[in-house]
Amino acid sequence: MQNFGAAFGDAFRLLGGFDPALMEIILLSLRVSVTAVFISALIGLPLGAILGVSRFRGRAAVLVLLNTLMGLPPVVVGLLVYLMLSNAGPLGPLALLYTPGAMIIAQSILVIPIVAALARQTIEDMHAEYDEQLRILGVGRWGMVATLLWDARYSLLTAMLAGFGRAVAEVGAVLIVGGNINHVTRVMTTAIALETSKGNLALALGLGLVLLLLAIVINAAVMGLRATAARSAHA
Amino acid sequence: MRDAAMPLDAPPAARGDRRVLPITAHGLMLERAGRRIIDNVSLTVDGHGISVIMGPNGAGKSVLLRLLTGLLSPDAGMVRWAGRRADRARAPSVGLVFQKPVLLRRSALANVRYALRAGSRAERTRRAGEALARAGLAHLAKSPARILSGGEQQRLALARALAPEPEVLLLDEPCANLDPAAAAAIETLIRDARARGTKIVLVTHDVAQAKRLGDDITFIHDGRIVERAPAGGFFDNPASNAGRAYLEGRLLID
Ligand SMILES: Nc1ncnc2c1ncn2[C@@H]1O[C@H](COP(=O)(O)OP(=O)(O)OP(=O)(O)O)[C@@H](O)[C@H]1O
Ligand SMILES: [Mg+2]
Repeated sequence: MQNFGAAFGDAFRLLGGFDPALMEIILLSLRVSVTAVFISALIGLPLGAILGVSRFRGRAAVLVLLNTLMGLPPVVVGLLVYLMLSNAGPLGPLALLYTPGAMIIAQSILVIPIVAALARQTIEDMHAEYDEQLRILGVGRWGMVATLLWDARYSLLTAMLAGFGRAVAEVGAVLIVGGNINHVTRVMTTAIALETSKGNLALALGLGLVLLLLAIVINAAVMGLRATAARSAHA
Repeated sequence: MRDAAMPLDAPPAARGDRRVLPITAHGLMLERAGRRIIDNVSLTVDGHGISVIMGPNGAGKSVLLRLLTGLLSPDAGMVRWAGRRADRARAPSVGLVFQKPVLLRRSALANVRYALRAGSRAERTRRAGEALARAGLAHLAKSPARILSGGEQQRLALARALAPEPEVLLLDEPCANLDPAAAAAIETLIRDARARGTKIVLVTHDVAQAKRLGDDITFIHDGRIVERAPAGGFFDNPASNAGRAYLEGRLLID
């Protein structure tokens, strides 16, 4: 076991030297989580918008379900995706288990409810304000959804950043469906778990610092978006 | 605006299927929270000129405009645009500027362009620019609409409503909270629209403005039309108690 200070020093050396093993893990993490957020936006934003503008029987139950899914434990999602993708599962023939594709699916399932629920709230509030004005202009249901998505773009980007924060930081789902295979499915969070248990604190700390940095960047981006939105009276 | 029972003169058929005049209301009734907000209102909006609707706060003026535009459905009675139900395809022919204008989170120019649903983007941009210029807002075209001053926002909302060249334009207190110069600017826009043949329905509490602009006056009290008269007649000699009380600035207790 290295001592703490030495581990920190080694971590900074790894980061400063753009250590190839470290970089490979970071890039895979980003690729998986960015793709998952992109897919989540494609599904979650229209879903949230439609929920925000429509009234139907059972809507309240759908909203309760959506808000519950926001807090879904990653290991449970991992387990469910594992069951779907395993050889005996319905999607077994796709042979996705233990690939980045499986991790993208699992993270998408985690992020879609976040994006959809936040989008629903934003769009619903804006819809209350815009509804009569847009109807007077002869805008139909789909035109209204498109208008609301565009005019709420800053808030929706914030929702996507929140989703990215959750995706890149979770460990349970990607560990189960990805398996933490070196050079294939090893991402920052699973690497930290493994390297810590092996006693390789330098690599774990280096990756932890990168995650911390990402969190700072995400929060700064959220604040920047808010300021931009306020400047043009978007809020 | 006149009695539904009176004969309708046929408006020019130039607009073909997009025609909405005359807008007729028959026996409108609207109840909310057990209260009659609109009570057996029948009227016709047609012809040229400016019809003014007056009446105390809470009389039902804004609700009546929502009914005429099809934003609200009455509990009883019906509204017809040129003899047919209100429909989305003809919505651009009916302009409405709300008492509290709702501007999109976009530039002033984009707000006007948004209201122009037909034509290429370049064409719509050009027409939106012209509409802004007419409203004296050309210099603010690129500003985000929601940081404009209250008066500029009201002029922008009016420019946006006028841009699609509606056959009829309903205005809900367009000059409330405006300084005299801004109010005059709005009145000029209204007069120009009338000169181009747009039928205008104007809700206002400003008696002087109603005298300047109105061709006929409809007075509403407690959700009912209590008086309808040519502008001169109403102001010189209101026929109803409610109308007289309103003009004299008294609260009517009945
Ligand atoms: N959705 C609603 N639910 C319940 N009551 C309503 C609703 N909309 C309007 N009202 C009531 O209907 C009445 C008429 O409202 P309306 O806004 O038409 O008044 P108005 O004549 O435009 O008054 P003002 O001059 O103050 O603008 C008011 O008493 C208002 O409280
Ligand atoms: Mg009103």
